[in-house]
Amino acid sequence: MNNLEELFNEATEFLGKAESMAELEQIKARYLGKEGKLTFLLKNLKTISVVERPLMGERINLTKKKLEEAIVSRRTFFQENALLARLTEESLDITLPGRGYGTGGIHPVTRTLNRIESLFRSIGFSIATGPEIETDFYNFTALNIAENHPARAMHDTFYVDGGGLLRTHTSPVQIHYMENHQPPIKIIAPGRVYRCDSDVTHTPMFHQIEGLWIDEEASFANLKGVLAQFMQGFFEREDLPVRFRPSFFPFTEPSAEMDIGCVMCQGKGCRVCGNTGWLEVLGCGVVHPAVLSHVNIDSEKHIGFAFGLGVERLTMLRYGINDLRLFFENDLRFLKQFN
Amino acid sequence: MRFSENWLRTFVDPSCSSDELAHTLTMAGLEVESVVPVAPNFQQVVVAEVMRVQKHPNADRLNVCEVNVGEHASEFLWIVCGANNVRPGMKTVCALIGAQLPGLTIRRGSIRGVESLGMLCSFAELGLSDGAAEGIIDLPCEAPVGRNFRQYYALDDRVFTLKLTPNRADCLGMYGIAREVAAITASPLTLMPLSPAQSQISDTLPVQIEAPDACPLYCGRVITGIASDRQIPSWMEQRLQRSGLRKVNAVVDIVNYVLLETGQPMHAFDLDKISRIDQQAISVRYAKTGEHLQLLNGTDLQLDSNMLIIADHKQPLALAGIMGGSESGVNQLQTKAIFLESAFFSPAAISGKSFGLGFTSDAAHRFERGVDFSLTRAAIERATTLVLEVCGGEAGPVNEVRHDAFLPQRCSVCVRLKRINRVLGMQLGMNDVAEYFGRLGFDFSVEGDSFSITPPAFRFDLAIEEDFIEEIARIHGYDRIPASVPKASLEMLPEPETQSVSIKRLCQILAARDYQEVINYAFVEEGWEVDFAGSHESVRLKNPIASHMSVMRSSLLGGLVSNLQFNFNRKQNRVRIFEIGRCFVVNSSEEREVENIAGLCFGSALPEQWAVKSREIDFFDVKADIESLFAPNKVLFEPGIHPAMHPGKSARILVGEKFAGWLGELHPRLSAKYHLPSAVVLFEIRTASTVTHTLPIMRALSKFPPVRRDIAFEVDTQVTLQTMLDAILTCKADIVVEVALFDLYSGEKLMPGKKSLAFRLLLQDIDKTLTDQEIDRAVNDLIGMLAHQFGAVLRS
Repeated sequence: MNNLEELFNEATEFLGKAESMAELEQIKARYLGKEGKLTFLLKNLKTISVVERPLMGERINLTKKKLEEAIVSRRTFFQENALLARLTEESLDITLPGRGYGTGGIHPVTRTLNRIESLFRSIGFSIATGPEIETDFYNFTALNIAENHPARAMHDTFYVDGGGLLRTHTSPVQIHYMENHQPPIKIIAPGRVYRCDSDVTHTPMFHQIEGLWIDEEASFANLKGVLAQFMQGFFEREDLPVRFRPSFFPFTEPSAEMDIGCVMCQGKGCRVCGNTGWLEVLGCGVVHPAVLSHVNIDSEKHIGFAFGLGVERLTMLRYGINDLRLFFENDLRFLKQFN
Repeated sequence: MRFSENWLRTFVDPSCSSDELAHTLTMAGLEVESVVPVAPNFQQVVVAEVMRVQKHPNADRLNVCEVNVGEHASEFLWIVCGANNVRPGMKTVCALIGAQLPGLTIRRGSIRGVESLGMLCSFAELGLSDGAAEGIIDLPCEAPVGRNFRQYYALDDRVFTLKLTPNRADCLGMYGIAREVAAITASPLTLMPLSPAQSQISDTLPVQIEAPDACPLYCGRVITGIASDRQIPSWMEQRLQRSGLRKVNAVVDIVNYVLLETGQPMHAFDLDKISRIDQQAISVRYAKTGEHLQLLNGTDLQLDSNMLIIADHKQPLALAGIMGGSESGVNQLQTKAIFLESAFFSPAAISGKSFGLGFTSDAAHRFERGVDFSLTRAAIERATTLVLEVCGGEAGPVNEVRHDAFLPQRCSVCVRLKRINRVLGMQLGMNDVAEYFGRLGFDFSVEGDSFSITPPAFRFDLAIEEDFIEEIARIHGYDRIPASVPKASLEMLPEPETQSVSIKRLCQILAARDYQEVINYAFVEEGWEVDFAGSHESVRLKNPIASHMSVMRSSLLGGLVSNLQFNFNRKQNRVRIFEIGRCFVVNSSEEREVENIAGLCFGSALPEQWAVKSREIDFFDVKADIESLFAPNKVLFEPGIHPAMHPGKSARILVGEKFAGWLGELHPRLSAKYHLPSAVVLFEIRTASTVTHTLPIMRALSKFPPVRRDIAFEVDTQVTLQTMLDAILTCKADIVVEVALFDLYSGEKLMPGKKSLAFRLLLQDIDKTLTDQEIDRAVNDLIGMLAHQFGAVLRS
């Protein structure tokens, strides 16, 4: 009996000393192989008396099973070690950069246009567009800007050979849209506009977004509410102060200029706001009845409000850009900062 | 409009500080651009008299002066002075010991060994002008010695600058602003001194208005025996100066002063320069072709028949409402008698004229916006009184010629309370509105719950109900109108899945594929149009801002190439950019504006990196970008010749049968012209061609395994892949579910003029496992077809 135990102990001692899978297999063969020591004992069972044989057989089988388990466990240990060694060997400097494309990006003005569009879409505005080469009628007359009106001199208009002009604002899109749609109307019209003016604070081409809301119950108070929410949403500041001042546009009456508290100095006064603490950000007003009558909308039944804002200006304020001309120089070192 | 705050406060004096006043004006729509103190904050500066002047014993350029400062010293002070205009008996300004001047404190001290007990000052030393060597201040002889100079010169004042909107011409005069301030602040208003001047003589000039629609009202008056070399009083000079006007001569200064005070532009002619015959003297008429006029600003103007002029019986004297002629103007040395003009010229007759002439004037600026025609006569009385006061002389009666029918009409307007509240979105009562109208000085009556109002003569911007609603809102305060979010019926917006150009999506695809968006001006150099669009006929601007921005682009490529140059010159060796924008074409049969999306790639295909061997970008890199822009739509590429592209490396892009754009390498000739050292790949696509997508509809998936067969053919090099693919797709059996090129070879193992194309075929049936027989038949059919159509030889 002790013989069996000794045999097992001897085998496990060898297993413990084994250093390779091959050694392990040799040990296995030595005990469990065809000529193995345990196999031999099993084969010799028939020489044992019938009385002892079942008990002896059971014990040998038990020892065999235990030994098999010990071998598997030792084998797993070797496999795990081998895997571990392989993993260690294969490990990468994962701080090396990824392979392939770099990333591009959109222009900061487009980025702002997208933001403004999503804010207005969230309250049900749709997007309208119109031509950039306009007629005098759509750019001026239909917007109640009469021939020789001083307001026309405020727009330094580019004229096109063979008739037409480059739109000086996105407001003509209002007219095109109202000609083809009945109230209620809720649109914004983003786009490029052109004025014959170029200096530190003016570029001859820039972007505007025009907004128009016509409904049976739209009012100046609503205009204030929507635009205040918009500016607060755009700058992500619920406490952003806003104010509305009387102004003049031929196509709105009453008209207003909207200011926001300076986002650079928080209203304390700085170079950007000219030490006033306020920034002029858009023009707006209640749509003039003359404009509605041009497109056969009954101004007794419907009231509308409209606004127009400069996209570059908002972009500059949002991202701290200090020079308007950077937008159209297209220096990649500038553009890539907004990716 | 610039003005002195003190002057304003002589008419209306609300109990608020300068800054509060500025804020109030701004919030009422008269935007205050700046409020600037007239003088820096200096003290202990007094009016002084120079009693004696002696040469400084130790310095040639200095004088030692004995100066009387009145009660400020028990005796005359000895003061060293370097100004060369100092003279005995002169009234000037002295800073006493202890005075704080801008950047300087006056201390007792000695100059070159002579003690000096103060300083005689120039305007510059007091911070009142930036002029350098002007000498010490020369005050009129009646200036009171010892008087605080700040008070004497009214220096505790501020200059307000208003940025007026074009509708508020009524605030282009001091009185108009005062009237507005009175309305906004509910303060009492002092009326202007406008009482008629005494006429002592009966001289008049006959006036003939030939264009009563342009000039419905004209007042003229003769004043004789004037001394035009007199000086206007210093209070008037200060007011003029603070409004930005320079002194000219007494008559012109007075006319300017009355303009600033009343807003009424006037003109003074030298009476002796006006030629008259019998009953013909002054006429207001349109010019005749061939007439010309030398204006006060030096312009010699050829007149034409749409220019309104004032003429005598011989020649034009003035451009009506815009500018006087230099010939008939008042001359300080010669003029003894004047003819004063105060007229109403209608805005329609004046507006746009000065813009066309390229210069403007204070008069034109006001007339084109509208001048109060109820003040025309009062203003001439005011000017007469001042001329008689300052220059002496005798005035004749006012000759007033009116054509009332042509004066602006002021019709009464009905303003409904309900409408006011609906437009503004608030609840005002009848009393509130009546109070506001009252404060504005409007003439109104109440009828039920509405008002009947007649706009005043000084307002040219009040014609409809909404105009008055704005007035109410202004006086109430825009700030006090509630801000409320609108209530509206909700309607879902359409979201077309297969018919929308999503510019945003295109941008995202390109940005994800390493392109940077740029935005260029839509006006470009004419040469670009030739180089990049082959266009010799472009949409041209009549008034370009610069010669290199004179035509509207018909292609975005020129801008991209110039962006590349710009960045390449700044050491950017890899540039991938795109732009989306309108392009403009002359061709009238087509649409005039199309929106394009264009891209440019230059430099290595991938950013320089450790794990990929660097390789220059080529046609096929960019082709993949274009395919992704159109995906899932399939686009076709066919050889085509583009003026800016390499003829062997350019393609027309088609979606279905329709032209969608171009892809190609920049023509080597242009690369050389624009100094670009390596290949540039460009594309330009109409964004509209990316619009239509088909709605995906799921097809059943086969449960049976696909079989792959690879076949390679040798064909002539000029056979394009597309023609072979087209043939395969037309002829293939249904079980061939996928055909793709996986290898291309041309080289020494092949005959010259031959290339090898290897295709992968995937075969699969939806219902069953394919038999070898079926597979072989499908493949052999294709092999036979390709051999037949293209002479393709199967390679083993």
